[in-house]
Amino acid sequence: MADKTDLVLDVKNLKTVFFTNSGLFKAVDDLSFSVRRGETLAIVGESGCGKSVTALSLMRLVPDPPGRIVGGSVTLEGTDLLALDESEMRSVRGNRISMIFQEPMTSLNPVMRIGDQIVEAVRLHRNISAKEAHDIAVEMLRLVRIPEPARRAREYPHQLSGGMRQRAMIAMALACRPALLIADEPTTALDVTIQAQILALILDLQKELGTGLVLITHDLGVVAQTAQRVIVMYAGRKVEEASVEALFAAPKHPYTRGLMASIPAVPASGVAAQARLNEIPGTVPSLVRLPQGCAFAPRCKLAIKRCEAEYPPLADWGGGHLAACWRAEEVAEVA
Amino acid sequence: MTEALLEVTDLKKHYPVRAGVLRRQVGTVHAVDGVSFALGTGETLGLVGESGCGKSTVARSVLRLVEPTSGQIRLDGEDITHLSKAALRPHRRSMQIVFQDPFASLNPRMTAGDIVGEPLAVHGLATGKELEARVARLFEQVGLRPDQMGNFPHQFSGGQRQRICIARALALEPRLIVCDEPVSALDVSIQAQVINLLIDLQRQHGFSYLFIAHDLAVVAHISHRVAVMYLGRIVEIADKDELFRNPRHPYTQALLASVPIANPLAKKLAPLVDGDVPSPVNPPSGCAFHTRCRFAMERCKTERPALLDAGDGHQVACLLNDGTGRGR
Repeated sequence: MADKTDLVLDVKNLKTVFFTNSGLFKAVDDLSFSVRRGETLAIVGESGCGKSVTALSLMRLVPDPPGRIVGGSVTLEGTDLLALDESEMRSVRGNRISMIFQEPMTSLNPVMRIGDQIVEAVRLHRNISAKEAHDIAVEMLRLVRIPEPARRAREYPHQLSGGMRQRAMIAMALACRPALLIADEPTTALDVTIQAQILALILDLQKELGTGLVLITHDLGVVAQTAQRVIVMYAGRKVEEASVEALFAAPKHPYTRGLMASIPAVPASGVAAQARLNEIPGTVPSLVRLPQGCAFAPRCKLAIKRCEAEYPPLADWGGGHLAACWRAEEVAEVA
Repeated sequence: MTEALLEVTDLKKHYPVRAGVLRRQVGTVHAVDGVSFALGTGETLGLVGESGCGKSTVARSVLRLVEPTSGQIRLDGEDITHLSKAALRPHRRSMQIVFQDPFASLNPRMTAGDIVGEPLAVHGLATGKELEARVARLFEQVGLRPDQMGNFPHQFSGGQRQRICIARALALEPRLIVCDEPVSALDVSIQAQVINLLIDLQRQHGFSYLFIAHDLAVVAHISHRVAVMYLGRIVEIADKDELFRNPRHPYTQALLASVPIANPLAKKLAPLVDGDVPSPVNPPSGCAFHTRCRFAMERCKTERPALLDAGDGHQVACLLNDGTGRGR
């Protein structure tokens, strides 16, 4: 690991729970990770694995009730965000830590001009005139490669296409030059040619501005093409963490291996007519009734008695490759 | 190719755009603008394209769920384009559809068993004990337990709901199943289960799929042939292997280059097109892709390329290289 000064975000033992009619469930359970300056950390997992709640927890935006952060620490540039009061948090949010969401149409104000929305975000954190803020807004729109930025700044969200809206969201999120950007499925709602454009844009800007990036996605292709490090989550817990090269070369957790085998790949060259995919049997467990041991055990080919009884600890397999599996050693042998 | 089960010729669907107090027509959405293809028995044709390219409208027109503006749809040699509702009914048995959202396409107040059995009851094919036995068999075929027949849709997961939709489509032993983005709403691990189920069922029953999806990788796995649509037209159609190995239309090439590959050592993402898909209300003249194409020539702005054979049944609509598209 690099030295401490490079660290933008350090999350330790984060725990977020929800109180519902059917009981208490741990959406995020004992999650630790860190992000360095200019680094991209991807969090992958399927619906309900806790990746979006993790993002909301970092932003302190978990709806309370029913949710609450009940433990751990989130240290951004040396400050524990969980210890701040709401007004202090407001001065950090959108300033040092920003977020872009999956659906740009629902996260932009439909009755406010694009430029004004950026101006509002900038003036909230910086003591500058409306004119200066407007210049920054137009400059940001130019930075995210929106053609004719001065004209677009006067338009409303509905006048922009999906890709343009997501660009405007990115402009707003980066307007105050945050230390950390969280992107929660930023391209899931977009078409594939637009997705490629937006991902390339996010990575370019990140390089230019040195922002730390937490990229939340379900798409392993997006992970492979963008991230330096990866966390795989299952049922609220981190089950594996590794550099992107190590993870794709030799996944240690049976769930990661199963995910990789089940994604259909665009055939590079000649694949037989129809190809059956490797599937993971069963479904993601309900968080309210989690098994006592490893949550993946009921779907795992390698499960043994011990897996059902005890939750496996995260073990280091060298080079910061962590995996929580009793049988990680055997995973490589069983395809 | 085997004999064609479904033949679509020059299909068009235009929607009027109205505005003002008098609701005068101010424009036309060219949702589908001259689409032709054939689908053989036991074959899967994948239809891919980005949002607004008209792929879902093609699917719905084939089933006559929307009335085509012009063109011809032949099922088993018979022209069904202008049949009345009553005359169409016997044909409805042989064509079924599975929708994208298994949450919206199941009646929440009916039990899963009733949902799957309804087509049989409507067509008067089975009643009482026999109906129940056939529904139980359908449940087993799609990997559900017959004891779940009494459950309501909300008691099933997303993947299981899609299995119910598939069982309902199978009930009438159709010859054609239109799948409109059947796995896009599902998680990755569940997607694989449903794709495998669809492949297995086709091998058992020998029906044809018209498989619509925006995800090229999913289409690549299930299809025998693939058609790529852009702004209401098919720009390229070929055998799956050929299309992915040797795409000839610049749009297909851009589409393939935009798919992020799940391998960090692979070539990095390189967007080959800029800008957005133009509006289908006033689609660009000539080749609709010329506004985003890096190889567009002066001719492309005025001349609409026809879908021509570039060899071995690989058809492409591009003016480059005498209408055979761009080689790689």
